[in-house]
Amino acid sequence: MLSTSYIFLAYFAIIIFVFGILCKVWKYAVIPNPLKIPLTPAPTNTIGVILRMVFEVAFFKSLFKSNKFTWLGGCAFHLALLVVLASHIRFFVSPVPEPIMLLQTFLQSISMFIGLLFIAPLVYLFIRRVWVDRTRFVSIFADYFVLILLFLIGLSGITMKYLIRPDLFAVKTFILGLISFSPEPIPTNPIFITHFTLILILLIYFPFSKLMHGCGIFFSPTRNQIDNPREKRLINPWDKRII
Amino acid sequence: MAKEKIEAPKLTGKIETPRIQPGASLACQHHKANEQFLTGLGYPSSLVENWQEKAIAKMGELLNKYKSLKLYLDICVRCGACADKCQFYLGTGDPKNTPVGRQELFRKVYRRYFTPAGKLLGNLAGAEDFTEEVLKEWYVYFHHCSQCRRCCVACPYGIDTAEISMAAREIMHSIGLGTKYVDEIILKVFNFGNNLGMQPKAIKNSLDFCEDEMKEAYEEKGIMDIDVKIPMDVEGAEVLLVVPSADFFASPHIESLLGYAKVFYQAGISWTLSSYASEAGNFGMFIGSYDGMQKVASRIGQAVRDLKVKRLVIGECGHAYRIAYSFWNTLIGPFDTLDKRYPIPQHICEFTYDLIKRGALRLDKEANDEFVVTYHDSCNIARATRMGDMPGGQFEIPRSIIKACCNKFVDMPQETIRENTFCCGGGAGLLTDEMMDIRIKGAMPRMQALKQVIDSHGVNFFALICAICKAQFTKIFPAYGLSMDMVGGVHQLVSRAIVLGAKE
Ligand code: HEM
Ligand code: SF4
Ligand code: SF4
Ligand code: SF4
Repeated sequence: MLSTSYIFLAYFAIIIFVFGILCKVWKYAVIPNPLKIPLTPAPTNTIGVILRMVFEVAFFKSLFKSNKFTWLGGCAFHLALLVVLASHIRFFVSPVPEPIMLLQTFLQSISMFIGLLFIAPLVYLFIRRVWVDRTRFVSIFADYFVLILLFLIGLSGITMKYLIRPDLFAVKTFILGLISFSPEPIPTNPIFITHFTLILILLIYFPFSKLMHGCGIFFSPTRNQIDNPREKRLINPWDKRII
Repeated sequence: MAKEKIEAPKLTGKIETPRIQPGASLACQHHKANEQFLTGLGYPSSLVENWQEKAIAKMGELLNKYKSLKLYLDICVRCGACADKCQFYLGTGDPKNTPVGRQELFRKVYRRYFTPAGKLLGNLAGAEDFTEEVLKEWYVYFHHCSQCRRCCVACPYGIDTAEISMAAREIMHSIGLGTKYVDEIILKVFNFGNNLGMQPKAIKNSLDFCEDEMKEAYEEKGIMDIDVKIPMDVEGAEVLLVVPSADFFASPHIESLLGYAKVFYQAGISWTLSSYASEAGNFGMFIGSYDGMQKVASRIGQAVRDLKVKRLVIGECGHAYRIAYSFWNTLIGPFDTLDKRYPIPQHICEFTYDLIKRGALRLDKEANDEFVVTYHDSCNIARATRMGDMPGGQFEIPRSIIKACCNKFVDMPQETIRENTFCCGGGAGLLTDEMMDIRIKGAMPRMQALKQVIDSHGVNFFALICAICKAQFTKIFPAYGLSMDMVGGVHQLVSRAIVLGAKE
């Protein structure tokens, strides 16, 4: 019964996550830019724009210039997120290829550090949000909600690692079962079930939330447009003179 | 309210981030546009009966027309990095004057009607009905935004609050809610071709007067053979110059007009103004109206064809250059009849700088020796345009011109110039008397930065290339205890330094 509900829930969450994101991204892609609005000084060619985006996405360059405190917390958290995701690869592939195995072994050796790197910035960002009066003023429930959700995901993860270890073989069997559409029963470790539930909530919530910033940033016209309005005429598809 | 004297912040040279004071600038609001202006622009004559329904429908329409709007409503994480960047927050402490606070006014309505979470969970998802109360706040705070894009520099995703306030203003217009100041001006351009509603004859008189002044000034110096003309409506001229109409008569704007005329004279390039397209400014952008902006701009396209010119040059005006540089090609292009060897359109600073570089102008720096000059990057030019071929030319070219005309130039602190420049506090429709409170407070960061270089270097000339900046600062300086005579144009400095006549 438990397994059946979770299997159903897992597929449901994944479908919402994938199609939700695809729908949003589709929208971001097709809604037109009627006018040129790059934030200048902006690159005047494609390579320049790619570089600009790389610096924004990889190093949060604008945030670095505008707020070092937030940058620090943001960078630490996103880096941790990336590493945590990477260290989960071993549950999704079988057999684990050699290079990933090496990476996993390395990550395992510093897993306590990674856990802290994931949790601490979330606490820091939460405190900062409440501490700074103007950020507190503009924050809505959803802002606290994602921080708490991610915190709990991290906390349950660390708990599994150091306190109540689940049967890792059963976990992997369960995940691979989901992936290969031949579902296996869910491991009964309560912390694992909590961890898994929270992740499903995150997946369902993702496409409808501000977490879409991770995809949206690539479509931001002030950042991704080339500064060439005089040289190359931008056509507005809904200009009355055209339609 | 109107008669109360507004206390300007103390000039200390420091820009401090205030603690939040909710509602601090709620009382400062525009006079509403009346029936005549609204219907003149094709909007409902007053707030329509079913305004809520209409506004939501309009919002839905805009969400499908502007990628920026849809995306920026979705992806803000409310990190607050933009919050302390807006001059109107710094000046007033009102948290709804932070860029993100301003956006949230829009976003909470968007959530309520256009997102599943907002529809289902309402308040819990940060959604709110579009009530009369909310509409009142929209009217206040979306008109407190000068569309300066300073927040966009700070935001990790490049969220541009200007895009959102433009959309908000367009929605408000669609239900019959606009500001008198801006709408009256747009209607004047529709009817007369310029923001001031000046008839061609009045412009001509003013130009004649300028010509006489220049001639007299040279004759006083014993130079008899120099007769600088300011031509209007000359068919077949090489260059059409489009300037903000304030340049025809306002002070100090007019001094720059003399500067342009002398540059053309010395370069020996034939040029003309147009009485039909007698305005570079385009307040259509302020109300977010694509069609309005296009209609205003179309006069320039018409003048280009009628006067059969080969080049198109723009005078000193911030938002006008943004629209000319970034939007004209889309709105009224392509400019098939113009000479492709030159930028279309070209900023007057690019034009002058080009001549300086080629050694075509003789400039006597000593003529400006009484001045220690600093330069205010107009936000529209700094963050929404380019001059020359290199990114950042919009910062270098005006400074190069100033340095070619003056011996003493000093920049204000780095974090207040170039792409980090502050708005003057008067842009995008704020330049009206009833908004004096927010204009004075919004100018605070710029004034503090200026105070620093006044104290450290004795700056006594504040050079600008924007008609609104000039009007705003001449009004604001006295409130801060500074002389309005410090305010002037870049081409005013050129006008003083340029040596006319044949080269020896
Ligand atoms: C291309 C990928 C991404 C980029 C460039 C990016 C960038 C950023 C930046 C610059 C911030 C603001 C700094 C801050 O408030 O800490 C931020 C905040 C945040 N991001 Fe991302 N992000 C990305 C992907 C993701 C993903 C996939 C998640 C999913 C869990 C995520 C979760 C968050 C959260 C929860 C915050 C809010 C922190 C707070 O409340 O202060 N991000 N992101
Ligand atoms: S900086 Fe950008 S993401 Fe952060 S609060 Fe401001 S608009 Fe939102
Ligand atoms: S565009 Fe300028 S005035 Fe408007 S919110 Fe951003 S910083 Fe403030
Ligand atoms: S008046 Fe000048 S500084 Fe103010 S908004 Fe316009 S360009 Fe910017």
